[in-house]
Amino acid sequence: MKRIVAKEEYCMNCRLCEVHCLVSHSRSKDLIKAFRQERGEIVPRITVERLGAVSFAVQCRHCDEPACVEACMTGALSRDPVTGEVTHDPQRCVGCWMCVMVCPTGAIRRDKSGHVAAKCDLCLETGTPACVANCPNEALVIEEDND
Amino acid sequence: MSKRLVQAEFNVERDPERCIQCQVCVRQCSNQVHAYDEEAEQVTCDEASCVGCQRCATLCPTGAITIKKAPPDFAPDNNWTSDVIQNIYRQAETGGVLLSAMGNDTAKTSWWDNILLNASQVTNPSIDPLREPMELTTFLGAKPNAVELSFDDQGGPSLATKLAPQLVLSTPIMFSAMSYGAISYNAFESLARAAGQYGTFANSGEGGLHKDFWPHGPNMIVQVASGRFGVDIDYLKVAAAVEIKIGQGAKPGIGGHLPGEKVDERISQTRMIPVGSDAISPAPHHDIYSIEDLRQLIYSLKEATRYQKPISVKIAAVHNVAAIASGIVRAGADIVAIDGYKGGTGAAPTMIRNNVGIPIEFALAAVDDRLRQEGIRNQASVVACGGFRSSADVVKAIALGADAVYIGTAALVALGCHLCQKCYTGKCNWGIATQDPYLTRRLNPDIGARRLVNLLRGWSHEIKEMMGGMGINAIESLRGNREHLRGVGLSDRELSILGIKAAGE
Repeated sequence: MKRIVAKEEYCMNCRLCEVHCLVSHSRSKDLIKAFRQERGEIVPRITVERLGAVSFAVQCRHCDEPACVEACMTGALSRDPVTGEVTHDPQRCVGCWMCVMVCPTGAIRRDKSGHVAAKCDLCLETGTPACVANCPNEALVIEEDND
Repeated sequence: MSKRLVQAEFNVERDPERCIQCQVCVRQCSNQVHAYDEEAEQVTCDEASCVGCQRCATLCPTGAITIKKAPPDFAPDNNWTSDVIQNIYRQAETGGVLLSAMGNDTAKTSWWDNILLNASQVTNPSIDPLREPMELTTFLGAKPNAVELSFDDQGGPSLATKLAPQLVLSTPIMFSAMSYGAISYNAFESLARAAGQYGTFANSGEGGLHKDFWPHGPNMIVQVASGRFGVDIDYLKVAAAVEIKIGQGAKPGIGGHLPGEKVDERISQTRMIPVGSDAISPAPHHDIYSIEDLRQLIYSLKEATRYQKPISVKIAAVHNVAAIASGIVRAGADIVAIDGYKGGTGAAPTMIRNNVGIPIEFALAAVDDRLRQEGIRNQASVVACGGFRSSADVVKAIALGADAVYIGTAALVALGCHLCQKCYTGKCNWGIATQDPYLTRRLNPDIGARRLVNLLRGWSHEIKEMMGGMGINAIESLRGNREHLRGVGLSDRELSILGIKAAGE
């Protein structure tokens, strides 16, 4: 499957990945509108973690044995057995936040607009994840994982 | 504390309609111009610290930021310009020497724009480089006075003359000396990788060669400068050529100083000095006080490298450059590199950068003339450097007599440098002239090397196009071919020193 790989040595903590992730998951898909009108309700599904000079972007790792899928009581989270992607169905999500609790990388956040979980969906609609496409230093790359 | 009189040099304009308070600018500015006011939930700015590097404006996702030069509105005066007045304010406040970086930025510094190239019309055919072979391969090193052949029993020829070692360049452009210390590890790696990928050479500068870069040795020229940083036998052996740095175009006659705070563990290993100690290059080499002394060092290096590597000597273009270059060639140098007064630096006193030395155009013409007159032009290659901005400058330099050129500033611009001229602060927002680990990671060498190779490819293509237009299909035929140059807006004296005719002649 495709995985987003973070190269921490070139991550410069600009956090443009967060900006573009938020826009990519907004209704308007417009930078200014998304921030002006939707920020607070929707959240970026990628977070830049930083300690001193070192930073890197974290998003769903699409684990082989995902704890979130295990913990999800409604089956909103599931792992596609073919592609390996961990997907989230907001229609089935009840906002119990168990997935948020168990995610080992803290990659799942609460989307206030729908009271549902929000996680990286690899921007399946557009093909290229917005964070990868907009990282100015190529510190986020998408790689095919052959495992 | 008395009121500071120096005024802000730039205006930072933030379009409130566009700003989304994402704070990318806050996180990217090493000069703390932008800040986020939690209470007001607004990005604020302090223009006084802005250096005009354009980092924030470039990364702002909504294009909300515009940086504009803000010359303080002093009373109009052609002599006492705002720059002059501000400089005096600065010195009155600090008592220090004014510092600058990069090359001379004063108004009249380039004579390349006064030189025009020829093209073929009617009587000699021009060549289309996309359809016909065009040779840019350049050999740097001493050439024999004559070539002798020997013939075997069947009459098959072989070369009897023993040739001096040569550097083979796929294009007559190399990267100038920029040390690891002056520039970041990632910038250095970008240059080294690009040189290898394109088949040319990068220069280590005077700060040694970190072991990580030894695999790039076949495409590196290493420097031996007055500080002798990082010099040992392995350093000499790993490189393709060795360059003795006597002078630098941006600051002829003075040495260098890498502040101790930049000397971290890796730089300390590379320079072979303790962590945190200042790396001071003396103004002169204390063992070179004459041409004879220089000859000793050249031959020491030749001995050390078993006469297998060309030895280059780099000098700044100064008043008697032709005589000095002649001495250098006679002292045994295989390559003479001449750095004009537009050459860049990481730090130089402003007055020296802007007022000492002569333009490369005149220095190059004078050196080429002198070496020809003395019949020793073949004994060394001449490399011109100092402010080459485009392929046209390169073509003109080669036609004036250079074998190849070094580009420094242009290479850094390709890496993202915006010429804010504040390298000496160590706060380069583009991750080039800094050792701050928060900033150096901004230059990804994968991107850097790719951009440099693109630059070399673009310039090389343009050189071929210009040569083709002149009806020349090998760079060797352009070298020193001043008949292809004409001057405009130059005095008779300037034309005669450049050895070119006026336009229309």
